[in-house]
Amino acid sequence: MAGRVLVAVKRVLDYQARVRVKPDKSGVDLTNVKMSMNPFCEIAVEEATRLKEAKLAEEVVVVSIGPKQAAETLRTAMAMGADRAVHVQTDEEVQPLAVAKLLAAVARQEQPGLVLLGKQAIDDDSNQTGQMLSALLGWPQATFASKLVLDASAGKATVTREVDGGLETLRVSLPAVVTADLRLNEPRYATLPNIMKAKKKPLATTSPQELGVDVSPRLQTLRVEEPAKRKGGVILGSAAELVDKLRNEAKVI
Amino acid sequence: MLCNGGRHRAGRLLVALQQWRQAGGVTQRDPRFSVVSDSDLQFFESVLGDTGGVVTDPHELAPFNKDWMGKYEGAARVALKPKTREQAAAVLRHCNERRLARGVGLVPALSLLQGGNTGLVGGSVPVYDEVVLSTAAMNQVLAFDAVSGALTAQAGCILENLDSHVAEHGYCMPLDLGAKGSCHIGGNVATNAGGLRLLRYGSLHGSVLGVEAVLADGTVLDLLTTLRKDNTGYDLKQLFIGSEGTLGLITAVAIHCPPRPSAVNVCYLAVPSFEAAQQVFVAAKQQLGEVLSAFEFLDRESLLITLRHLPGAKDPLPSCQARRTARRGPLSRAAPLYVLVETSGSSAAHDGEKLGGFLEGVMAAGLVLDGVLAQDGGQARAMWHLREGITEGLRHRGAIYKYDVSLPIGAMYRLVEDMREADWPPIRVAGYGHLGDGNLHLNVSAPAYSEELRQQIEPFVYEWTAQHRGSVSAEHGLGLMKAGCIGYSKPAAAVAVMRQVKAALDPRGILNPYKVLPLPAE
Repeated sequence: MAGRVLVAVKRVLDYQARVRVKPDKSGVDLTNVKMSMNPFCEIAVEEATRLKEAKLAEEVVVVSIGPKQAAETLRTAMAMGADRAVHVQTDEEVQPLAVAKLLAAVARQEQPGLVLLGKQAIDDDSNQTGQMLSALLGWPQATFASKLVLDASAGKATVTREVDGGLETLRVSLPAVVTADLRLNEPRYATLPNIMKAKKKPLATTSPQELGVDVSPRLQTLRVEEPAKRKGGVILGSAAELVDKLRNEAKVI
Repeated sequence: MLCNGGRHRAGRLLVALQQWRQAGGVTQRDPRFSVVSDSDLQFFESVLGDTGGVVTDPHELAPFNKDWMGKYEGAARVALKPKTREQAAAVLRHCNERRLARGVGLVPALSLLQGGNTGLVGGSVPVYDEVVLSTAAMNQVLAFDAVSGALTAQAGCILENLDSHVAEHGYCMPLDLGAKGSCHIGGNVATNAGGLRLLRYGSLHGSVLGVEAVLADGTVLDLLTTLRKDNTGYDLKQLFIGSEGTLGLITAVAIHCPPRPSAVNVCYLAVPSFEAAQQVFVAAKQQLGEVLSAFEFLDRESLLITLRHLPGAKDPLPSCQARRTARRGPLSRAAPLYVLVETSGSSAAHDGEKLGGFLEGVMAAGLVLDGVLAQDGGQARAMWHLREGITEGLRHRGAIYKYDVSLPIGAMYRLVEDMREADWPPIRVAGYGHLGDGNLHLNVSAPAYSEELRQQIEPFVYEWTAQHRGSVSAEHGLGLMKAGCIGYSKPAAAVAVMRQVKAALDPRGILNPYKVLPLPAE
């Protein structure tokens, strides 16, 4: 049995929300925009919950790093099935390395048999946290998991990854860090009784200072810009005209 | 899969068409209308030719001649796409005068293909060889007032595009329909479309501020003001809202847009009975107050249709279902009804608190068996998809008889139950709709279309509705399919006044003939 499973979740801009860049191009405008759990984190929470339901894990602990409202994301994770939550509260910008360091500090306290994360967050698309966490802890990593099988007696996990041209299967020793890809599972909805129960589940709050981690940014954002607007298409009168345009305008033939 | 659009065999379609014409009380082409001649085409070409507004190619005409369900098909020779009200006026004047010049029976009648041809009662397709007049090329936004929220746009603007346009300024359109990606605002107004947000923003009779319409004789009626208050004389624009193109061609509308809500919550609840659903509705009105924006329901049969036929549709409450089935036997005791409740407001924290209190209350009172609350935009969309996708899902189920009735809320689901209990050949009955508005969408499906079955079902549904003082058309309109049914919901004196109005505005009856009102005896 993997014992405890630690799942990291991030509160991000809802993927259905319209993204607006701030006029000064310093970042994305988040005022009055819907925020939700990163979809890949949702998949990680679902996988941990399923491990517990299959009696392959004893306890599911979720952790999130961010402002006060990140507690709502933790409540959602607990409504999906996590047992308790740790909120590392900070209003500072936290970059992937700082997140990995904070998660490593929490992992050292919680001593999980498995850490599950989303493969990346849909806001900054960094895809770095899981990998850096594994290095900081000195644990094996299996990223982009599309299937996870725990062998409790052997203390191993078998992870299938989708790679170019096929599937790759890895076997890692526990404790390990696994990041979830889109097809690992389909997350459940949070039902009302579970949402109510989640309100009563324990949520511990801590801070980067208490964990002894320096979160000062290492990267500097120079400019954030919207993608160039797509130009409208044109309808051409004949094949000859098309060939002419491809040859002389687009210069592709 | 008989009624699947695009896969018909011509013979069956022809039979179905004749039957539907009969259903609307139309048995033959009115001989007083003339056939489109080459000189007519030359005239249309002279008015619209420069802008490519004359469509005569059979392939290009095909979509104009058929409705999206593939149920109605006309034989129009020409479709016209004016870009301006002046062009539209010239066309109408010509069609109207042709009858004058040549006496009876020589005018090309006009089928006003007002919108994106997304109607459900055959209101926008030609019945015989009428000229099709499409507003598709009138697609310019004319003005938007970011202070009042008044939007002025040409009739052919697509609803979803308008919604995106006003979203830039923090506003939204006061109506939302499943067909928003293709329906036109002019068609919405002409049919007084209802839809999903009527509960919150009211009907178009309230939110339309102004209308510009061209009458049958080419007169341009400019009522395109954006005033909220205007009590000078009769409010003529109201006549065109819901007239289904029989009184004039709407060329532009002014509409009042409410502020766009920044916090939207959706929950999906399984309820044990329709009585419980009504109590949940009362609780929602009391506890959610001004943030309640939709209260929809669907029954188990409707849910099964969506789950089975729509790719990607997922049951939000599978565990509840499986357990109940195992414990209490087959589906009969499983949740028979589901409601979808939406709140829209300006503060996520405030709305969330209200919604939390409401949900805890209805759960504690045993009015709700189980439920889910969308945790992100994707889940909210998936829940709406279950409700909005029923119409689409139904198309995959053989022949469909669709009814759209308004009833006192307390009685509305009893119609579905009575339909299931009546002694029919094997049919399946699905009920869903806008509970908050007392609007039931009743759908009966059978393996194949049968005229005999229709003649059994239809009087049953309409008489049942009339007995409960309901309306045989809540939001779909009368179109062709129900033109003969107006008597179930309106007294003869009212129909007589409607005829006088029609005669005053379109004395020659060229606008959308055979539709809405039963054919007058002359």
